[in-house]
Amino acid sequence: MPEPRDCDAVVIGTGPAGATAADVLTSAGWSVIMLEKGRNHLLSLEAPYGPLGHVSNDEIKFNRRHFLGPDPFLEPRSYRRDEADGDRLFAGDVNNLPSTVGGGGFHADGKLPRFRSVDFKARSELGPIEGADIVDWPLDYDEMEPYYAEAERLIGVAGDANGNPFAEWRSGPYPMPPGADMFGAVLTTEAATRLGYHPYRAPTGVNSVPYDGRPACNNCGFCAFYGCPIEAKGDPVAPLRNALRTGRCEIRVDACVEQVLLDAAGKSARGVRYRDIAGVDHEISARVVVVAGGAWETPRLLLRSEIANSSDLIGRYLMYHFQTFVIGQFPFRLHGHRGRSVTHLHDDHMIIDDDVLAFARENGLPYFRGGLTEHGGGGSPVMEGIYTAPGLTHTREMLDSKMRDRLWAFTVQGEDLPQITNRIDLDPSVRDVHGFAAGRATYDVHPHEVVASRYMAPRLEAIMRDAGADSTFVASSPPLEGDRAGTRSASMSRHIMGTCRMGDDPATSVVDPWQRFHDVENMVCTDSSVFPTSTGYGPTLTIVALAIRACRDLAGLPKLTSVRPGS
Amino acid sequence: MPNFLTDHEHAVVSAAADRLIPPVDAHPGGAALGVADYVDNLLGAFTFDPPLIFAGGPFSGRFGGEASFSQFMPLSPNEEIAWRTRVEGSRGLPGREFNGPTRGWQDIYRAGIAALGDDFCSLVGDEQDRRLHEQPELRRTLYVHACEGAYGAPEYGGNRALAGWHAIGFEGDVQPRGYTDDEVTRRA
Repeated sequence: MPEPRDCDAVVIGTGPAGATAADVLTSAGWSVIMLEKGRNHLLSLEAPYGPLGHVSNDEIKFNRRHFLGPDPFLEPRSYRRDEADGDRLFAGDVNNLPSTVGGGGFHADGKLPRFRSVDFKARSELGPIEGADIVDWPLDYDEMEPYYAEAERLIGVAGDANGNPFAEWRSGPYPMPPGADMFGAVLTTEAATRLGYHPYRAPTGVNSVPYDGRPACNNCGFCAFYGCPIEAKGDPVAPLRNALRTGRCEIRVDACVEQVLLDAAGKSARGVRYRDIAGVDHEISARVVVVAGGAWETPRLLLRSEIANSSDLIGRYLMYHFQTFVIGQFPFRLHGHRGRSVTHLHDDHMIIDDDVLAFARENGLPYFRGGLTEHGGGGSPVMEGIYTAPGLTHTREMLDSKMRDRLWAFTVQGEDLPQITNRIDLDPSVRDVHGFAAGRATYDVHPHEVVASRYMAPRLEAIMRDAGADSTFVASSPPLEGDRAGTRSASMSRHIMGTCRMGDDPATSVVDPWQRFHDVENMVCTDSSVFPTSTGYGPTLTIVALAIRACRDLAGLPKLTSVRPGS
Repeated sequence: MPNFLTDHEHAVVSAAADRLIPPVDAHPGGAALGVADYVDNLLGAFTFDPPLIFAGGPFSGRFGGEASFSQFMPLSPNEEIAWRTRVEGSRGLPGREFNGPTRGWQDIYRAGIAALGDDFCSLVGDEQDRRLHEQPELRRTLYVHACEGAYGAPEYGGNRALAGWHAIGFEGDVQPRGYTDDEVTRRA
């Protein structure tokens, strides 16, 4: 007789990665306990699991007071570029993604692109670059396609299947048509098209029509960095609600996992220990442990647990997106506060052509790739005020609003190469409110990101001017000091990847192609820690597609297949 | 009746807010927008239950729906630690000093206002600016709070009569009405 367990699977984290795992596993009949270290503002945990009414169009609550967590006072993180910077440059808010039921899906504006074939095979199709460990993923686009399609149906993605000439093949259309084009994006997409680029309506996990029992978006504009007050955004409320409705999923909040527990032989997980809000420790036993805390918190937990690290790669190959911001200031108002924050994209800067190759060679690289370019609106008023100098300048500039209402921005989510020295580890002295060591990022840029940014920036400024901007300027995240990451500010990217990389070889990877840990047979990671490369696309749809694939396999469900049209 | 600031301190914060966010044309400036009330609600947040940290939701009532922002939300025990530490300082309490001591905003304001001088409100603007520059921690803290008070939701105490949003052409929290597709796509 096996010992009775508390559940079939304990899932650590309730963002897109954990929510998808819970949905798939409960649908297969498993019992699941989800542990979330933050609070719950997303949905009632009692049937019928409706909205709580906590989400609002409130800049102070969401952007100034850490409503979604992590509060950097309670859960500080530290940053340095390398060991020469000492133990850290500073501690506080470093790449903070929401720490709350729903995780990073809660605040994202839901741009959900697929990767392309080449993104899974960059090493074999594009080749190595010195100073980075570019590898192929142990799977390919054709295998991923049905999981992408399933992820789009699960979340509810609105998009135009024919809009992007660089997009990979699809087995079917998007579940919904695109939503309303933002005025500024109309101007910049027309200009981009005139200049030979190929902008398209962004695939977005926001309802354009009623879908899955949730209403269509009403364009309130409090999208990126807010939650949706009317549940028009599907990620991750849809999978969480599905899981809860099976009656086999329990979500425990304010439950901070202290450690994953192994059996006596050290090859198999028997459960987890977590600390509740009163400081009391609890243990949960489970057949399977799913770690889904995101690519920062997952390695932090595993390093704290001192498990699964025979490769010494846990925490390594930390990647962000190198963000190039090209800002245009227009002679008229663009009302960028209306709509879905970003409504158009173009992929052209990920395509390697002769001009790219020439610029790369001039700068000592065999090639480079930029990233997805988002056409989006300006900031919100409190932020605009704080970024403006005090005094008469403040009031004149706020009246004029060239940093908000007359501002339009391109944000390039530039591919960030995997470097073994870029990593998450445990800070030697900074602690969180529970007394656990803070996570620490050690991160510097590779020349690839810098060169790609310098190539793209003037081209994007030209689009902005053609669209009607009277002035433009360029910034980046992380800000650069010369050719290095800056010392005063960490990357602002919320796309964090690659700290438990996936591969076939236990010596060079942490999880196998089905995202099971090489060292711990019944532990799976479903978050973006497993990404071997960062690509230039937002990670969320790929996280969800991979989680569906890994958890179906775990539960013994058949592989999904799809048919390429015309084949 | 102020929650934390004395009447004199309230008047100094108002005067200082008008130097950082001065009235110009259609913009009423920091004092008229109620920045001092915003600051006072923040410094006195824990004289209310629930404390004035997170306004309620989902709607303000300004564009339909039931008005619920003014029903502030309870904090979790850890959130209370964080916000009491910001407001009151760590005061040597071990639960607030796991990474060392923190000076609270109440102290920054009280000490900074005292250092501006009893005559601050009656000085000419240039002299007020000079004294504010001599109190950089107060000036920096107040500027961030002044921007929050001028352009945040009025339920936090500032943005009186929504005049901050009106001045800068921002419609504010528009749920549940939202915007029509046409209002999103067309030139204003």
